[in-house]
Amino acid sequence: MANDNNINKQNDEGVDPTRRKFLKNTGIALGGVAGGSLLGGLLVSQSGNKNDSGVKESESQDDYSEARMFFTRFEDFVVLEQATERIYPEDDNGPGAIGLGVPYFIDKQLAGKWGVNAKDYRQGPFKDSNPTANTSSLTRGDIFIIGLRKMNEVSQKKFNETFNKLEAEQQDEILTDFSNGDVKMKGIDSNHFFDLLLSTTLEGAYSDPMYGGNRNMEGWKMKEYPGSVASYTDMIEEKEFVKMDPISLTNYQQKS
Amino acid sequence: MAKKLDKVDVVIVGSGWAGGTAAAELSKKGYDVVCLERGKDHSTKDFIGAKDELKYSRRREMFQDLSTETLTIRNELDEVATPHRSNETNSINGTDTGGSGVHWNGQIYRWLPTDFEIRSKTIEKYGEDIIPEEMNLQDWGITYEEIEPYYDKFEETIGVSGEQDPLRPKMSRPFPNPPMKETPTMALFKKATEEMGYHPYHMASANMSQQYENPDGETINACAYCAFCEQYGCDFGAKADPILTVLSTARKHDNFELRNHAYVVRILHENGRATGVRYVDTQTGLEYEQPADLVVVGGYTFTNNRLLLLSKIGKPYDPVANTGVIGRNLTTHFANLTHLRVRGFFDDKKFNRYAGAGALGTTMDDFNIEQLDHTELDFLHGFLVRSTQLGSRPINNNFVPDGTPTWGQEFKEKSLFYTNRNLDIQIQNGVLGYRNNYLDLDPTYKDVFGDPLLRVTAKIHDQDRNIVRYAHQRAKEILEKMGADHINVPEITDELEFDDTSLGDHTCGGVIMGDNPEISAVNNYSQLWDMENVFVLGASSFPHNSSSNPTNTVGALAYRASEGMIEYLEGDGGLLIEPKEKSKN
Repeated sequence: MANDNNINKQNDEGVDPTRRKFLKNTGIALGGVAGGSLLGGLLVSQSGNKNDSGVKESESQDDYSEARMFFTRFEDFVVLEQATERIYPEDDNGPGAIGLGVPYFIDKQLAGKWGVNAKDYRQGPFKDSNPTANTSSLTRGDIFIIGLRKMNEVSQKKFNETFNKLEAEQQDEILTDFSNGDVKMKGIDSNHFFDLLLSTTLEGAYSDPMYGGNRNMEGWKMKEYPGSVASYTDMIEEKEFVKMDPISLTNYQQKS
Repeated sequence: MAKKLDKVDVVIVGSGWAGGTAAAELSKKGYDVVCLERGKDHSTKDFIGAKDELKYSRRREMFQDLSTETLTIRNELDEVATPHRSNETNSINGTDTGGSGVHWNGQIYRWLPTDFEIRSKTIEKYGEDIIPEEMNLQDWGITYEEIEPYYDKFEETIGVSGEQDPLRPKMSRPFPNPPMKETPTMALFKKATEEMGYHPYHMASANMSQQYENPDGETINACAYCAFCEQYGCDFGAKADPILTVLSTARKHDNFELRNHAYVVRILHENGRATGVRYVDTQTGLEYEQPADLVVVGGYTFTNNRLLLLSKIGKPYDPVANTGVIGRNLTTHFANLTHLRVRGFFDDKKFNRYAGAGALGTTMDDFNIEQLDHTELDFLHGFLVRSTQLGSRPINNNFVPDGTPTWGQEFKEKSLFYTNRNLDIQIQNGVLGYRNNYLDLDPTYKDVFGDPLLRVTAKIHDQDRNIVRYAHQRAKEILEKMGADHINVPEITDELEFDDTSLGDHTCGGVIMGDNPEISAVNNYSQLWDMENVFVLGASSFPHNSSSNPTNTVGALAYRASEGMIEYLEGDGGLLIEPKEKSKN
């Protein structure tokens, strides 16, 4: 066991290997400063997840591209999920942000070069008034972390509960405060954080599915957008609206 | 210590429409030409399968990497400028082989006879008092008749598809290709504007209406109307760009070399003559000196100005004294004003908005500078009006009628409903030079090599706001006639100001053309008055910005400049035109 680093390997006793391995690899099982409440929270959350997702695991294929690359704290990610879903909710037209994979799309974007502003000019001094996502000294990754935690902070203050556990109307109230610039934040104005959250949510809903959002091209289907079509020469003069099944880059680009 | 390379006849900075056109003409004549391009090489191979809105339209893949160099921006002379940090605010300029000419839409217009003699003709018609005190309105030192053959030549090179504008001077021959196809939205605009007594016509296009071989033997394919032009390289080689045309022509000659990753940092000069350029190979960090008899500066407006200022060539413009030339008369089609759209929403009509091409549209000139009577108006110059079908992509096409929430359930519902039920009308107005709108070197911020960034100082004036307000009302009337149920007209307050969203893709000036060296940097061959073996090409030479798109004029003046360079190299040197000292600004 000592050299076994495969955390997914089932052991003979049928004990949840993830739990055992987690304890062993982190060394938290030995006790110490990490504290019981943190550890307890994680373990409960893990076993809870296992129970909740038991049906899903046995009946459908896992999407192995859906795990958090950027967000280290689950509690930040659930705020992101709820916030994007309020911005782009599920309705009669089709899925909302969560159903489209938008939160994982944003996680992937922040984990890459865009999240660290790699193509931006980053030399100081930075502007000290009304910073936007593009003029702030914070990276886009920093802005998301600070913004989502601020949403939880406001939520606790206003409703004595974390953002993800609020009623939809309460969540909307907080999002409105942010969009109006009424929440005081460090390094960026709250309305500019909201602008970034909004634009990134729409990017996740409507970008090519290879980026992790627009799951099954459901975003494009709602929009009646055909995706990557080589030529419209034959229908460009058409007087009636022409509805087509969408094509993703997966099926458009050359493959060996 | 820079390594000194073998001398060549001509070194060109930049491989876009300006530098690329000069490269083709000089290579054809047999001169040894080296073209230095700071960006990477790319071609159609890189553009196949690039229908990726997130990567190209949102993350601006084809635009300059600002981590190495950017601009700083301020409004007032006593203000500290701040850097333009991200392409997400607005994308300023291209990079890589072919420059911005690779990811343009291909909308083609000639500029108007009045543009080239704008000061004289304005005074002749209205008297000098109509020109605001702070405006530097200048003639170009060239006439429309003189530039017409070069327009014709550039249009043949890029295979323009189009028809004669009924309100502009008759062209010496028709465009080489017929107009693009007509979509129902174009027909709707045409019908409405004709009924209103206007003169709509098919916008001229550098997307091909049919396969075309240009006079240099380069082939451009027929456009597939696939809707990925602006900010994209063409998937099909069906949009004229420098790679398919002028650079391909130059590359057929052994005496031409295009060197990528070559970032020019200085023009070298001795005793009033350029001796070559110094550049950094950005892949190795090594410095090189490329000696040449003739230096052609053919980068974007910002590059051209900065390189001259860093190299201490020409007299820098001083806005307080209104003297000096390098940096004078910065103009742009303001992205946060000129390029705002008036948008109509149709409850009962549905259009195939996802299809289109970069230069597919109907346009009209009924409000251009020559058609308007400015006696009763609170602005100078004029504007074009057009309705285009570029192909609406889904991340950017989420427009809703004013008053609708911008997020949440109702936003989702309405933005989905109107995706294929909205049309915009674009107006584009002439933008004129003002005394305090200029370029110089920034005292605070540096580029990756430690050189000062270029600083933009600019304000939006009443002239700019008034012309757009007037134009938006005309656009609104047209949309009403077209049957729109809801119309969004952007509010333009007196407080609307120049900021880091203002610079458009049509930015001009700083190394401007004229016949008097006191107020112009180059003559009408784009030859620097102050250094005869340096030619500066591109929209940096425009004393003002007209109401139409600039590329055709960039190309035409590059052909004229190339003729001048050949005359200069074949002759005994000297200025190709004698300066006029007396003409007023």
